[in-house]
Amino acid sequence: MHRIVSKKQLSEEVFRITVEAPYIAEARKPGQFVIVQRNSDYAERIPLTIADADPIRGTITLIFQTVGKSTHKLAELEVGQYIQNILGPLGRPTHIERFGRVVCVGGGIGAAPMYPIAQAMKQAGNHLIVILGARTKELLIMEEEMRAIADELIVVTDDGSYGRKALVTEPLKELCQASPRPDCVVAIGPPIMMKFCAETTRPFGIKTIVSLNTIMIDGTGMCGGCRVTVGEETKFVCVDGPEFDGHLVDFNNMMLRLSAYKEIEQKAHEECHLEMKLKEMNSAKGKGNP
Amino acid sequence: MIDTTKKLTPKERLAIPPQEMPAQDPIARRRNMEEVALGYSEEQARLEALRCLQCKNAPCIPSCPVRIDIPGFIAQIAEGNYKEALTILRESNLFPAICGRVCPQEVQCQSTCTVGRSLKDIDKAVSIGRLERFAADWERLHGELEVPPVKPSTGKRVAIIGSGPAGLAAAADLAKEGHQVTIFEAFHKPGGVMIYGIPEFRLPKAIVQREIEILERMGVKIITNFLVGRTRSLRDLLEKDGFDAIFIGSGAGLPKFMGIPGENLVGVFSANEYLTRANLMKAYEKGKADTPIYPAKRVAVLGGGNVAMDAARMAVRLGAEEVFVIYRRTEKEMPARVEEVAHAKEEGVIFRFLENAKRILGDEKSRVIGIECLSYQLGEPDASGRRRPVEIPGSEHVIEVDSVIVAIGNESHPLLLQTNPEIAVDKHGHIITDETGKTSMDRVYAGGDIVLGSATVILAMGQGRRAAASIHNFLMGNS
Repeated sequence: MHRIVSKKQLSEEVFRITVEAPYIAEARKPGQFVIVQRNSDYAERIPLTIADADPIRGTITLIFQTVGKSTHKLAELEVGQYIQNILGPLGRPTHIERFGRVVCVGGGIGAAPMYPIAQAMKQAGNHLIVILGARTKELLIMEEEMRAIADELIVVTDDGSYGRKALVTEPLKELCQASPRPDCVVAIGPPIMMKFCAETTRPFGIKTIVSLNTIMIDGTGMCGGCRVTVGEETKFVCVDGPEFDGHLVDFNNMMLRLSAYKEIEQKAHEECHLEMKLKEMNSAKGKGNP
Repeated sequence: MIDTTKKLTPKERLAIPPQEMPAQDPIARRRNMEEVALGYSEEQARLEALRCLQCKNAPCIPSCPVRIDIPGFIAQIAEGNYKEALTILRESNLFPAICGRVCPQEVQCQSTCTVGRSLKDIDKAVSIGRLERFAADWERLHGELEVPPVKPSTGKRVAIIGSGPAGLAAAADLAKEGHQVTIFEAFHKPGGVMIYGIPEFRLPKAIVQREIEILERMGVKIITNFLVGRTRSLRDLLEKDGFDAIFIGSGAGLPKFMGIPGENLVGVFSANEYLTRANLMKAYEKGKADTPIYPAKRVAVLGGGNVAMDAARMAVRLGAEEVFVIYRRTEKEMPARVEEVAHAKEEGVIFRFLENAKRILGDEKSRVIGIECLSYQLGEPDASGRRRPVEIPGSEHVIEVDSVIVAIGNESHPLLLQTNPEIAVDKHGHIITDETGKTSMDRVYAGGDIVLGSATVILAMGQGRRAAASIHNFLMGNS
């Protein structure tokens, strides 16, 4: 059982929770993730990346977006309540080394798992450039945290509501064209963003690492649901990854595999919203008639 | 009616007809998850028990991986002393309700039964497994749960990695000797393959939970959501957490795929994934479970083992209209238990023997629409003694399906070995142990599928028990 010690809503859809998980807090390294399951009875097991950890307090921080039923239900939990199951840390840690100039691209919720990686890259002595991107200002997260560690921070929004009006690939391309060139790029965000980041750096031959978040059940290598094609080979994201060479990942196949349960998930998501609305209406009614 | 009060002659015993196992109606069970085999009635059990010749040399015992006193427990059932029968079973096997259901008796104890040999038909051997199940179920239905006595504490602590058959069997023996046992399980529920893999209709989860409850009452501690190698290392368990010895029973691990084109299409699953969604995550309880299962009307299952049968029969229950088992040899060579194959056939599973998948076909959205197969014929025997299947050139043909489940076994799990290079493994990645289950790392033992590759519940239990015995000797300074 893992008690929620703090919770903050970062935007309409994005939540940050800190939960007790002493072993994970001690063992986790940048790039690793956990599997979270609200309860053992009927809840889904979902992979979430670790945004931060405090080994002394024995807590880990998770940042997630409410994209479906399971994440909505997770967001409903309040401080003092418990998450029954958290397994981790899972996956191979990020390979951190002194590359020289490192660009970290965090798109949307991808900024959360990017934070510990950026931190470690900085600590390893790299010149750290961070590109943060979001659809709109509302959805931008981790700006302050990143500003504190980055040598350069570039903020972009799709709609221009904050920072520069651009996709993350635009400043990324400019950095690739500039001198000195980046020695390593790390991109985490929606699959389509990672795909285009990899396409942006490919002509320049700059090493590009992406972190994949695929469908998983166990997260320990047992089910194979997370498998992706990487350079003609089948790899398991949970044990071989989650990070891979972005130039070798078959993103199209990965995106299609991610949509395997789309219809079922959409239906569950809609029902979930309906339920939340009903609850809201009931509580409003309750307030009106004491 | 047979007079059970007087001693029967072998001839009279051989004349008793083998008792059929009552089962749920095949049409009804296609749509439910309840157990298929219903178990003997008391009368049937006693009749079946009387068929045992009580051979002096008992050829069945050495054919049992845990060497149960088979004539001994059967004699007690014949007398109506079910509790005594169970006591004899439990001396060698703490999990008779499980083994009575899932052991491949026809290639173990029943394969050497004198009754089967005398009647020149192995199917007419005494149904040892069904009797084992009867005795265990009788206690479950009529008696109090009996917790085996535990010796005074030795003060020694043993960590067990994995709560599947090997780990549970090792835990039981070590706890009995008075050692303090902690089991670490990566999943959120203990039981390993008996919980995530073997379906409810073949092994009800309540039975597994009950067996685990016995262990907990014996003082065994179970910690779930703990992946040794990631959450904490083997070395930490020994050096920081004060465990005196470790048993690794982490199981098989990564599912194998065929390596054919189309295997990463949407709608292709490992049997592990398919069964875990259905069993552990309860995806069959639609409307309750949050974990979805891929909706499929025509399913191809690749493979011929018990896992393939489980996946095929699960697909039937989840609403598939046609389910094909594609196996490249013939029925005779299939490794699955005879009873599972028979049950699958009764439930309408279609067997396509001497065929094998060449590639999986998808539509423009990368969703499975068919499987292209080749036909085979049997050639000369290979190293395993089975006749080698040889492909017939130009025999390509397509079976229309919307889902493919790959059930061709597992590769060994790389995690513990990645994080503990001092443990020696063979070229398949299986842990190398000596005859006592000891690995190359000091104080670390192993058993089950991580040593054997894909095996059975009972073989894993046998390995767990063997390692438990040597851990006990080591802890007591006897070795």
